[in-house]
Amino acid sequence: MVLSKAVPSSSHDASLDCTFASRYVRAPLPRFKLPEESIPKEAAYQVINDELMLDGNPRLNLASFVTTWMEPECDKLIMAALNKNYVDMDEYPITTELQNRCVNMIAHLFNAPIGEEETAVGVGTVGSSEAIMLAGLAFKRKWQNKRKAEGMPYDKPNIVTGANVQVCWEKFARYFEVELKEVKLKEGYYVMDPEKAVAMVDENTICVAAILGSTLTGEFEDVKKLNELLTEKNKETGWDVPIHVDAASGGFIAPFLYKDLVWDFRLPLVKSINVSGHKYGLVYAGVGWVVWRSKEDLPDELVFHINYLGADQPTFTLNFSKGSSQIIAQYYQFIRLGFEGYKNIIENCMENAKVLRQGLEQTGKFNIVSKEVGVPLVAFALKDRTYYTVFDISENLRRFGWIVPAYTMPADAQHIAVLRVVVREDFSRSLAERLVSDIHKVVQELDEQVKHVTKVVTTQVDITARGGGTDGALVHKSEQEIAEEVITYWKKLVSRKKTSGVC
Amino acid sequence: MVLTQVHQPEEGSSTFFGSVFSSRYVQDPLPRYEMPQKSISKDAAYQIIHDELLLDSSPRLNLASFVTTWMEPECDKLMLEAVNKNYADMDEYPVTTELQNRCVNIIARLFNAPVSEKEAAVGVGTVGSSEAIMLAGLAFKRRWQNKRKAEGKPFDKPNIVTGANVQVCWEKFARYFEVELKEVKLSEGCYVMDPVKAVEMVDENTICVAAILGSTLTGEFEDVKLLNDLLTAKNQKTGWDTPIHVDAASGGFIAPFLYPELEWDFRLPLVKSINVSGHKYGLVYAGVGWVIWRSKEDLPEELIFHINYLGADQPTFTLNFSKGSSQIIAQYYQFLRLGFEGYKNVMKNCMESARILREGLVRTGRFDIISKEKGVPLVAFLFKDMSHNSAMKLATLLRRYGWIVPAYTMPVNLEHMTVLRVVIREDFGRPLAEKFLSHVAMALDELDSSSKAPLVPALKHTIEVVSCTDDANQPFMVRVLPQEAEPVKKTVPLLTGKTKGVC
Repeated sequence: MVLSKAVPSSSHDASLDCTFASRYVRAPLPRFKLPEESIPKEAAYQVINDELMLDGNPRLNLASFVTTWMEPECDKLIMAALNKNYVDMDEYPITTELQNRCVNMIAHLFNAPIGEEETAVGVGTVGSSEAIMLAGLAFKRKWQNKRKAEGMPYDKPNIVTGANVQVCWEKFARYFEVELKEVKLKEGYYVMDPEKAVAMVDENTICVAAILGSTLTGEFEDVKKLNELLTEKNKETGWDVPIHVDAASGGFIAPFLYKDLVWDFRLPLVKSINVSGHKYGLVYAGVGWVVWRSKEDLPDELVFHINYLGADQPTFTLNFSKGSSQIIAQYYQFIRLGFEGYKNIIENCMENAKVLRQGLEQTGKFNIVSKEVGVPLVAFALKDRTYYTVFDISENLRRFGWIVPAYTMPADAQHIAVLRVVVREDFSRSLAERLVSDIHKVVQELDEQVKHVTKVVTTQVDITARGGGTDGALVHKSEQEIAEEVITYWKKLVSRKKTSGVC
Repeated sequence: MVLTQVHQPEEGSSTFFGSVFSSRYVQDPLPRYEMPQKSISKDAAYQIIHDELLLDSSPRLNLASFVTTWMEPECDKLMLEAVNKNYADMDEYPVTTELQNRCVNIIARLFNAPVSEKEAAVGVGTVGSSEAIMLAGLAFKRRWQNKRKAEGKPFDKPNIVTGANVQVCWEKFARYFEVELKEVKLSEGCYVMDPVKAVEMVDENTICVAAILGSTLTGEFEDVKLLNDLLTAKNQKTGWDTPIHVDAASGGFIAPFLYPELEWDFRLPLVKSINVSGHKYGLVYAGVGWVIWRSKEDLPEELIFHINYLGADQPTFTLNFSKGSSQIIAQYYQFLRLGFEGYKNVMKNCMESARILREGLVRTGRFDIISKEKGVPLVAFLFKDMSHNSAMKLATLLRRYGWIVPAYTMPVNLEHMTVLRVVIREDFGRPLAEKFLSHVAMALDELDSSSKAPLVPALKHTIEVVSCTDDANQPFMVRVLPQEAEPVKKTVPLLTGKTKGVC
């Protein structure tokens, strides 16, 4: 809809001004109140585009697992689907069918016990957060029904996970009133210990959640061992505690790289799995998947059959209206890449992670905390933390454009602080080498600075000692003491910015 | 990342250089259940999916949905540029985060939230009104629980009072978060929640009363002011502090522009939170909603997560975590581009189109209009004889012309009414309205002519009774003569010589 206005010929025709000549770039931006008047669309575009230039560059954001590059053909499909509301299943039957096909494919990838042409039980979500909440809800409801049937109290459900869980588990626990029992970590062991987990299981446990691809170090938890130990405990106690696997990152890695790793529905206690389409599913932010083992694992009372807009639509999601673009993009990736394509990409990522890891080891300054088997990421800590910390390195890398997060581990390993680089599909070898050299530069600069400071301090002490004191006692401080004071000051400066959680 | 492969000589150059439609890709069956083993070229992948999606309905002719189906190309550009930004990375994309905050502030002031000029409002962007309502409901539930705990009273049976015309997301909230839903039944002529009945249903376990501004079924605005007055009186008597939530999913971006004197928002003291869909009359594509709280006190601090995410403390209270940033940026674009006058003009145009549609339908003499003139620009109508079959048939006939008009039965107490509903969006102008009316006229003609002709050809049986005088035991013989189908009168055009079609 073009807004046109008649302009008298004598006056200056402001509508002909290019955006940067117009008054629009002089006016302050609306921050609190809706502006009274409209402005031309070119001006609106330019103003917003310019502000957004100051955002970080998504592809240099090494903090995130979420995909930042897709093929232009896929971008075309995404743009064409922008105006399709996914939930209008009756109006857009093909789009709905694409979702169903994706669910089937993912279920088969995870070895769900379904026949060749049988439809799997699962749904597309906005991300793993929603997927986990749905899975958790299903477990909670199953457990409640079981306890009601047994005539036992059902008001104190709990869930057992490792302390390395991503924040969405804590959200689930808090919003849905389930107690979160966390297995604490320890130095050198940054995932959930299956034995400790099983020891924490009690009659109120609705499920045990294992992570395939820990956020912090990329490790895969030992789901097989958990399954064995939990099966034993179930036999002893008669409780039927199931397992949920949070495969947000690992779900699209393990089936391609580690086929022999048994972690999915091949283990009988695993009842549901979630995976993020927007991590190693290689789609932009906004799509996740949750798959259940079978119909019995999803209580029918949670599924809504609504007569919205004319047709019967079964729905079990927290969100309703949302875009269709990411679902279509996920199907695109499945048929475009196929099994071999995904495998090739993940292998490339692991290769680049290796290049990064070796480059860092060569500097001699870092300990690598992440394992070689797992999600392609490199988590590393400083060997020597006296003069500067990983937070300094993170700050300084920003100058080069890199965003590399630094964070402390959760309880009980809070004294360990690491930097973490996630290797995504679009992080090529050349970028990896460049990152290594930039880290090298930063570390060298920091070393130089430390030497410089201690030198200055030493000189000043000499002068004071030689020149005699002020009125009062002469304070003699040794070189060592001054250096220590400076270091403590730096440490305090940095530790104020310590982060404790990570996603 | 370009996947390069060494092509085996026997494949032949035709597969590599051939156009998509000459290749084997369009002959292979589409993967439906299992991920294909091999990759295919990106052009093939794009083409295959694009072609399948041709069979989806046209979003702009989908008259069932409130959700925006058209935006300016400049905005599309911004959205595509932001498609690889994960909204949850607040530290990496500070400008995007700030745009969300500005939108929240703008919407809060549009709803007359009691915040001072430069004060930051309390609210958040969500994926849609479903998530917004769940967050608002959670806040009410937690506040009520805390109050009851402090009073030493039981807090295990919370309930919420709404009209039976609520959208399904309220039922979802009730079922997933274990809150009882007490619905005020509708009655003929009154298709919204009756404030008097609602207040009667309020008891000590009621966490809030939810009023709808813009009922899904008929577009009406509920009388929030009356509800506020009655509820205040009841609160004074009982000492309970029952608050109000306004579900302004559609109406929130209509009332402030068209009916500024209508008091429905934070001007009423009992209204503690309001949700609105950015993707309805906020004029953004599917995937964005907003929820605003009156003040900090109305959002219990314990529900907010402070995650130290990659360096900065960011308070977060949403169900979803990773998601795209495009829609948030698009919302800000619309605020900046249109301003108050722009939104007002768009709404006025919509109401005008709705009026034309309404008058056109009344002129046919076949319909009763049950939507009001004041409310969301939509027209809900039913056949004067309330025929269910006619309504369904009309919807089917209109589909043939490309229009999607839903026919649905009203909720409990009114199931005998089958209503057709046309939603007027920004991109449904007068030309389309008039075209639609002409198609309705054509469809009515067809409906009438098909109902006059018999559906099944009548069969004529001739029974012959013959008296057999020679056989004493069986004096009569009965015979059924061959059946004749009665011809159905239908005209079939005969093509004689000249062709009538055009090439």
